[in-house]
Amino acid sequence: MNFVALKMLLGDRAKYIGLIFAISFSAMLMAHQTSIFWGVMRRTTSQIVDVKDAAIWVMDPRVKYVDEVQPLTENDLYRVRGVDGVEWATRLFRGSAKAKTPQGGFQAFTIMGFDDSTLVGAPREMTSGTLADLRKPDSVVIDEDGYRFLWPGESFRTGKTLEMNDRRAAIVGIAKSSPPFQPTPVVYTRYSQAIQYVGQERNMVSFVLVQPRMGEEVQSVCRRIRERTGLAAMTRDEFVRKTILYYLRNTGIPVNFGITVALAFIVGAVVAGQTFYIFTIENLKQFGALKAIGVTNARITAMILLQALVVGVMGFAVGMGLTAAFFETTKNISHLRGFYLMWEAMAGTGASVLTIIVLASLLSIRRVLVLEPAYVFRGGN
Amino acid sequence: MARQEIAVECRELVKEFGRGESRTRVLRGIDLEVNLGDMSFLVGPSGCGKTTLLSVIAGLLEWTDGDLHVLGSDVSGMSGDEKVLFRRRNIGFMFQQFNLLPALTAAENVTVPLLAANVPRKEAMGKALALLDLLGLSGRSAALPSELSGGEQQRVALARALIHDPRLLVCDEPTSALDADTGHIVMELLSSVAVRPDRAVLVVTHDSRIFHFADSTAYMNDGRIVKVETKRTFEADFPRGNGAESTRSPEPVAIGPS
Repeated sequence: MNFVALKMLLGDRAKYIGLIFAISFSAMLMAHQTSIFWGVMRRTTSQIVDVKDAAIWVMDPRVKYVDEVQPLTENDLYRVRGVDGVEWATRLFRGSAKAKTPQGGFQAFTIMGFDDSTLVGAPREMTSGTLADLRKPDSVVIDEDGYRFLWPGESFRTGKTLEMNDRRAAIVGIAKSSPPFQPTPVVYTRYSQAIQYVGQERNMVSFVLVQPRMGEEVQSVCRRIRERTGLAAMTRDEFVRKTILYYLRNTGIPVNFGITVALAFIVGAVVAGQTFYIFTIENLKQFGALKAIGVTNARITAMILLQALVVGVMGFAVGMGLTAAFFETTKNISHLRGFYLMWEAMAGTGASVLTIIVLASLLSIRRVLVLEPAYVFRGGN
Repeated sequence: MARQEIAVECRELVKEFGRGESRTRVLRGIDLEVNLGDMSFLVGPSGCGKTTLLSVIAGLLEWTDGDLHVLGSDVSGMSGDEKVLFRRRNIGFMFQQFNLLPALTAAENVTVPLLAANVPRKEAMGKALALLDLLGLSGRSAALPSELSGGEQQRVALARALIHDPRLLVCDEPTSALDADTGHIVMELLSSVAVRPDRAVLVVTHDSRIFHFADSTAYMNDGRIVKVETKRTFEADFPRGNGAESTRSPEPVAIGPS
């Protein structure tokens, strides 16, 4: 009877396409918005994940997320270096400054300053120039998105200059970096240079980057740093989670994306449910005839579920295809860079589509189950 | 107790719809016998309970009181699933509006009762094509119902009703959606193909033009059987060829008390 169920479904081409469209649209919206949401969340941590040299981040205990810097003292750096199990510890500056742009205006910049001698934490992938050029006077490296922002349409080329805090900043390299959360360009330079661009203050160390000694357990070193210095110490992954949690709890981002995803689910469920219900009602006479002929309720339930499953699988596949196509075609656009169709979003959307088709078919199944087969003898129209 | 000669036996059969003050008694103590080997007609005015009685006999509707034996089995003792199985094995259906599945071809429609009984599709299709050939539809087996005439659709419905070789065939107004000539052809086919010594055919109809096909006719009015005629008595009253079948009232309700 599966064959009969499929023929019944495919025989009504308009409703079949309508059902697939409803589920595709709903699936696409859910997967797309979920992927964008997690992409945005990932962006909030771009400056953490781009630091690949150190396993441990040390910071003031009041720091809630990466963008909120509570300066440490130089003495804190030395105290961390003295903790058992620490192989090395370097300073990292993170701040912002205004720069005079080539067009004559002012543009806010994020500045990352790395240990002068080791350059620990500096970006590793360069599009143009080399990291070693950072050792030259007044030199900075700028991220690709920042370069495109300042010089739209121009090919990547070193040698351009900026002016920050009345100081010259010569661009000696262009770095690949993770897509940032804020649209401001990021410049990377030596620590000593960075603090001149923002103006010297009493305490300038934003974070201390630590690498544990070989064989030392990272968590144990973190615990020892916390106990010995009173500072917060956590792994890179823990700092990523802390930052994401901050945004989840303190911004409207998850609520707004959540509303969109919920609406997509509701619209998908309502439209698919209604269309499927109408489809069943219009076939009620046929279902009545099947019941009269001797098709059991269990078999009819299986037929309806099969129809729903086919529609669900087709709708899901089309929806995921459209979502993947969207991310594929937009992957080179700066403000959409780094967004992709996550497997977790696909899995969640799959579960949601399954729920939608089960909900959609429940009403129909109930309607058919309570149908008396004698209905077909009463005109059945 | 098995009743081999009698296909259907109703005793004091009562059917009520609704509850309390809205309760309506549709069947008011039906006594009826349908014999194997006969084509039996159930006739009467609209609303007299014919279709309800047919539904009860076919196991599609529960009844309120009385006894019902179908093909020697006491239907009242059967569970819902047993009734479905009983229908699937023993009863064939022809509906007024044919009720063919519009997305299936003629041959595929005919296979449905066999598919419901888990017969492999290929085997079912072979039987369906043979039966359609017997009914003169060999060239139309791949057509959709929408591509068939009314008469062809009803012949497909007849094939579907007979494909699993049922012992009781119930037909609800099989000619009412057809013109006179087509209706006659369908009834000729029904008589020649469906009527067999081990099978009973029960037809509910208003159509006086086909009354002469009946071996026996039960007249209903107001939920009761008011008269039963056999072919012998009917033809004695209205010999064929004298135009009686076209002048006979389609609703002989004046007979007996209401």
